[in-house]
Amino acid sequence: MNETDSASVISAHDCRLSAKGLSISRGGARIINGISLTLEPGETAILRGPNGAGKTTLLRAFAGLLRIDSGSIGIERQDGSAVDDPFRATIYCGPLNAVKAALSVDENLRFWAALYNAPGDLVSNARAAFRLDDYARQSAGTLSTGLGRRLGLARLLLARKPIWLVDEPTASLDVASAAIFTSLAERHCAVGGIAIIATHDAFSLSGARNIELKTGSAA
Amino acid sequence: MSALSAIILRDLQLAFRAGGGSFQAVGFFSIVCVLFTLAVGPDIALITEIAGPVLWTGALLATLISLDQIYRADREDGSLDVIAATSEELALTAAAKAAAHWLSTGLPLILATPLLAILLNLTADAYFPLLMSLLIGTPGLSLIGSFAAALTVSLPRASLLISIIVSPLYIPILIFGAGAASAGAAGDPQFAANLKLLGAATLFAAVTAPLASAVALRSNLD
Repeated sequence: MNETDSASVISAHDCRLSAKGLSISRGGARIINGISLTLEPGETAILRGPNGAGKTTLLRAFAGLLRIDSGSIGIERQDGSAVDDPFRATIYCGPLNAVKAALSVDENLRFWAALYNAPGDLVSNARAAFRLDDYARQSAGTLSTGLGRRLGLARLLLARKPIWLVDEPTASLDVASAAIFTSLAERHCAVGGIAIIATHDAFSLSGARNIELKTGSAA
Repeated sequence: MSALSAIILRDLQLAFRAGGGSFQAVGFFSIVCVLFTLAVGPDIALITEIAGPVLWTGALLATLISLDQIYRADREDGSLDVIAATSEELALTAAAKAAAHWLSTGLPLILATPLLAILLNLTADAYFPLLMSLLIGTPGLSLIGSFAAALTVSLPRASLLISIIVSPLYIPILIFGAGAASAGAAGDPQFAANLKLLGAATLFAAVTAPLASAVALRSNLD
């Protein structure tokens, strides 16, 4: 991917994410126990840990989709002002792609563009960034698993949020597509964005911090 | 375009695609009316007399079977996380979902009503009051129904449960709606009173159902 390509789909950010003494339970069991971490603008973290260690739980909590038992999650801008609503600063890409099978690739992208109030040309830029141009009119339900994942990840670009929370982004991607994602994530962080990526894959992202979660205990 | 109108437009797009809910609801509505007519037999006076209540009950049942899909499809493909995580209040998002349901189900049912009314030999004077009562009452059905759908979104095969939750809540709308339709057809002054009570029921649902849906959705996202 050349610089102009990625520059047109990545916007600059300046948010800091911090968690203090975060504890979260799922189904009565304490999954996350007193985690504290701070990510400065431009930092990447890779969440690793066995199944059930709470990677998805932590991402969903940062995204504001889960209630936390105790502790706090704070997002603030460089000028010190706090972002009250996590939805304004975070975008969560879970294991499901949130793609509507009955709509075409472009219709899905245009829905997200409208949802996130993204400029119209971002749809074609995001589609091009994930190499989906040949499938623009194809119904999303007929895409292969990997192509569907690429479409799902394209939502990151349309949302233009400072904090990317991505769950297993590369699980179904081929090597070339995984490289597209990592290069976009690096670009995102190069302009002040934050990315937290939960993965089991051997994953190299320049300057990324590794966070190891263990089952039922603090990191 | 705002996030809310994007959600409404997408839901309409999906509802009118192949396999979408709109055609199924209208088809079910037609079947209920046809079966009723066949069951009553050739007594044309009796059919005319019960036409209004049958059409109202048919529209209500057709709404009922379409409720399960309001949030279920979004939850299954991960879209529920996406639409819940916009900067809009979740209650407004829930209101948008209910509005989309009415536009894709309630409105097509109302549009199909005059055709089915011919089948049921509805008198000419009864068309206007019936359509008015449906126009005012069916948004209430969508609102209350969307709350039940939000409440049960994480349960498997919840459509029967939704019917059980929703039916008692639908009773006032059915009584005032069918009552308004009958009173209007008979030229009874009770028509206006019934219509106002029906409007009150729908407005009450418009205020409470989105708020309740938001609470239900929030706990189901957990």
